[in-house]
Amino acid sequence: MGTIKIRAKAKKGVTTVKSLITHPMKTGLRKNKKTGKLIPAHFIQEITCQHNGTEVMKAYWGPSISKNPYLSFKFKGGEKGDKITINWMDNKGNKDSLSKKIR
Amino acid sequence: MLSNTMKRRTFLKGSLVAGGAGVALSLGLIPTVVIGAWPKSAFKSKDVNGALNGVLNASDTVASDKIKIKAPKIAENGAVVPVTVSTDLANVESITILTSGNVNPMAAHFNLSSNTLPTVSTRVKMAKTSDIIGVIKADGKLFSAKKSVKVTIGGCGG
Repeated sequence: MGTIKIRAKAKKGVTTVKSLITHPMKTGLRKNKKTGKLIPAHFIQEITCQHNGTEVMKAYWGPSISKNPYLSFKFKGGEKGDKITINWMDNKGNKDSLSKKIR
Repeated sequence: MLSNTMKRRTFLKGSLVAGGAGVALSLGLIPTVVIGAWPKSAFKSKDVNGALNGVLNASDTVASDKIKIKAPKIAENGAVVPVTVSTDLANVESITILTSGNVNPMAAHFNLSSNTLPTVSTRVKMAKTSDIIGVIKADGKLFSAKKSVKVTIGGCGG
């Protein structure tokens, strides 16, 4: 699927993780102009990030997060070559996962 | 010979049933467990207090100047408002971002590990001019700060 982009950089013992996810993030409040029907909600509910298999961040999201969400956070530790994994799951049960090495 | 094929058939049947159970397990059970963790009441709540109760089991927050919310004063496009919430507080367990003007104020709730620095950035939608509220749980207490963002175009897109 390839919906996740990760950039993780370690500097002075702190790793900065930046990630972009391709997702429509529909609120479920908006109407289709032609049919007048509500466009069903479709958004990422849960996103987790692991560093070498240990969870460093777990977030619950609602439909108020913008389309194609951006996420950035920092954690102590992490070295060049360590593995960063991001998983997400949306309200329809779709999910994706990507692992990348810290640069 | 006949009995042999019969055995094979029953064996196949048995494995099919077992396989079916496996599929049911992976399709049905595991996602419900994961979805169960998502605090639905918080995200469905139409007010800020209800949202906080849903995710943190409390809504009494103490205003703190140690929380910094970085967001534009005027958002040209309410559908994409970049927000960064960070703090100097110690032992931060979670960061919650709310948008007071939206139908459902709850935007995001981040659980942080002990090694994670208390700063998160993301982008939120804002339906109208309102406050972005950052709530931080540190040492078991809730602290909050807010910042007003003026939205010039409605942000219900997406």
